[in-house]
Amino acid sequence: MKHLTEFRDGGLARALVRQIGQLTTRAWVLMEVCGGQTHSIIRNGLDQLLPPQIELVHGPGCPVCVTPVAAIDRALAIAERSEVIFCSFGDMLRVPGSSGDLLQVKSHGADVRVVYSPLDALQVARQQPGRQVVFFAIGFETTAPATAMAVHLARREGLKNFSMLVAHVLVPPAMEALLASPANRVQAFLAAGHVGCVMGYWQYPPIAEKYRVPIIVTGFEPLDILDGIRRAIIQLESGEARVENAYRRVVGLEGNRAAQAMLAEVFEETDRTWRGIGTIPRSGWRLSVDYREFDAEHRFPVAAFRTCESPLCRSGEVLQGLIKPTECQAFGKACTPRTPLGATMVSGEGACAAYYLGGRFKGGDRPLDQGARPRVEVAPV
Amino acid sequence: MSKLPRFDEWTCPLPLRHHTGIVMGHGGGGSLTADLVEHLFAPAFRNDTLDAMGDSAVLELPAGATRLAFSTDSYVIRPLFFPGGSIGEIAVHGTVNDLAMAGAQPLFLSAGFILEEGLPLDHLGEIVRRMSEAARSAGVLLVTGDTKVVEKGHGDGCYINTSGVGVVPAGLKLGPHLARPGDAILINGRIGDHGIAILSVREGMEFETAVVSDTAALNGLVAAILAATPDVHVLRDPTRGGVAATLNEIASRSQVGIVLDENALPIGGDVESACELFGLDPLTVANEGKLVAVVASEAADAVLDQLRHHPLGREAARIGTVTDQHPGLVSARTKIGGTRLIPMPLGEQLPRIC
Amino acid sequence: MCLAVPGQVRAIFESGGIRMGKVDFGGVVKDVCLAYLPDLDVGDYTIVHVGFALSRIDEADATEALRSFREMGLLDAESGEPGAVADGDSNACQTDQKQARRRP
Repeated sequence: MKHLTEFRDGGLARALVRQIGQLTTRAWVLMEVCGGQTHSIIRNGLDQLLPPQIELVHGPGCPVCVTPVAAIDRALAIAERSEVIFCSFGDMLRVPGSSGDLLQVKSHGADVRVVYSPLDALQVARQQPGRQVVFFAIGFETTAPATAMAVHLARREGLKNFSMLVAHVLVPPAMEALLASPANRVQAFLAAGHVGCVMGYWQYPPIAEKYRVPIIVTGFEPLDILDGIRRAIIQLESGEARVENAYRRVVGLEGNRAAQAMLAEVFEETDRTWRGIGTIPRSGWRLSVDYREFDAEHRFPVAAFRTCESPLCRSGEVLQGLIKPTECQAFGKACTPRTPLGATMVSGEGACAAYYLGGRFKGGDRPLDQGARPRVEVAPV
Repeated sequence: MSKLPRFDEWTCPLPLRHHTGIVMGHGGGGSLTADLVEHLFAPAFRNDTLDAMGDSAVLELPAGATRLAFSTDSYVIRPLFFPGGSIGEIAVHGTVNDLAMAGAQPLFLSAGFILEEGLPLDHLGEIVRRMSEAARSAGVLLVTGDTKVVEKGHGDGCYINTSGVGVVPAGLKLGPHLARPGDAILINGRIGDHGIAILSVREGMEFETAVVSDTAALNGLVAAILAATPDVHVLRDPTRGGVAATLNEIASRSQVGIVLDENALPIGGDVESACELFGLDPLTVANEGKLVAVVASEAADAVLDQLRHHPLGREAARIGTVTDQHPGLVSARTKIGGTRLIPMPLGEQLPRIC
Repeated sequence: MCLAVPGQVRAIFESGGIRMGKVDFGGVVKDVCLAYLPDLDVGDYTIVHVGFALSRIDEADATEALRSFREMGLLDAESGEPGAVADGDSNACQTDQKQARRRP
């Protein structure tokens, strides 16, 4: 595939790895925020190739990991209604709420359908006027323009049977919350390249300056990720803290204006609870006043439910790079990929799942920090 | 919506009583059932045993047969028709292949149908026609069957169960527990075709592609492999869960490690592209005409040679090696020279956005 | 969070009042919404996420990125030294801070 395969060249990747090795003179902690980048790193085995001084922390960049439990519980309650066709991206089907997941309610008779695009859910609504179609609008800024278009069209067409359960989250507030925490260990960020397609990267320079961290807008293929790491190391080694764009072929400073215009029309900022981390102010989007009638939370008020997360689960600390999964008491015992307590074990690229599978595998083992660290709360900004 | 095949290749041999679709009576055991058997099933599968219409099929075994392989599988595929095949071919090939993986020569099949009230008769006729062709090509006889009908709203159109028996040559030892460190892991061709073909017509995912299901009977290929060498340790067909599931099973049962070379995996361009688009790992995508063979390393070349001379094995390749490292686990050398673990897939692989 | 894949626009059409395209992803063709890229043309490459084209791929930047990787590869092969890696791609962002954008 053009614009994909060339950026997976093994020889060039190994050359970049050697470069990184030669540039690195001491230990550094980098975080990639985007789950897609985490996936690429694990899938290509990049973390096994990097010099041992470079620690890559897999940040809270996957909607599977960070969608609040309350949103999942609400989704389950709505999906169980007989008149509802509940449409969702595939990623969310196995994420545990307080008791159960979408796949389980499906097995009890709920009409839960996996879609590729929010427009597919809209099409179901057009085809099934007698049923209520609810679309689970999760994801970061990359996904929001798509969900925005779906509800925008629903409004334009006067559809009465389409609504969205919105739980969009935003990257920059999360980065700031992580950096503001006194326990923060992250020294440089690989910023999410596809979020950058939509939003640009004009939001990052104030963050880089305030917290003195290099921020590299990075792509997803092995060469892109290695290049992002390389640039971060160069800056760290020379004490710089700038924003760099290493994904120029698709990301520009300002982002996609047409998408941003739609986002401004459809959504407004709101506080958002991040699973395992806590509430980060103004870190999410919800439907704006003009679109409130399409908000599934309003259309399907659910009786107060008790949201409970496992007290054993420390995925929030894992997501922030404060502890390694192996430092959690439940890891590998009460909590496994088959019986996950939190989202970082459910998601294939969740750090806990990655450690569970990779840690049992002796080849290319990375040295793990010994000793548990105490629980730390995130300081809200 | 799935594109349906042309149904005019199936012609009703004698007129069925004025029904264009299945009705409850077709499962009742009375004259409607008899109609269906006489005018739809029997003509398709024509053989002496079936025509005898006994309550059981009484079968002559080949002289010297001492061991039977016996397998059963149920098929609940949606949609019923997809690029490259239908539930019919899968139902025949699936059971034939399960027998073949035991090293058996498949001989006889049964077929149980659970039909949904309202299923168009020409759909059923076409499914049965394809089953008959598949059975004929594989050299097996369908000797007994059953039909039930469930009410509209149940049954997804058509469910099929096939069971089969075959004869296992004396002295042959094959099994997922027999892989040994040093063994070579071979596959007969490209992975992922079937799963992607199904995905391409699945509601909400539809896309245009040239990919068709690879559904095929593998008993001929297996016979060629066994003729080439006695040193075959494991034969498995990587259906649901793909190559990843199969290799994990073998690693676990044999308590060995497996190392794959991702650069050696045969995979079609379209399949790769579709997997990229939906975030699927090709190693977890279903196949219906592929087998994984674990053979002694010195026999690998001879077996590959046999495979490549067979129409179903032209793109056969060695994709990995059994090791005594990390027993029970499957690892892969990635295309860029890194290492990753290939876990046992948990449940159905769903398209992802993340 | 963002599985987005490059594809080439093969055809542009309208459906339900929005701009759509047939996009070819290495042989697999899918309908994609092009509403957010009004200047995207047939033949252009674009990055697609959940059925929406989000960015046009700039061929010149892509070529330049590969060129610089290959150059690094050559230097690496020749000398094993990091070499003078030109960092001309990094953007000076101090000036860009002036451009305040209204957030949604």
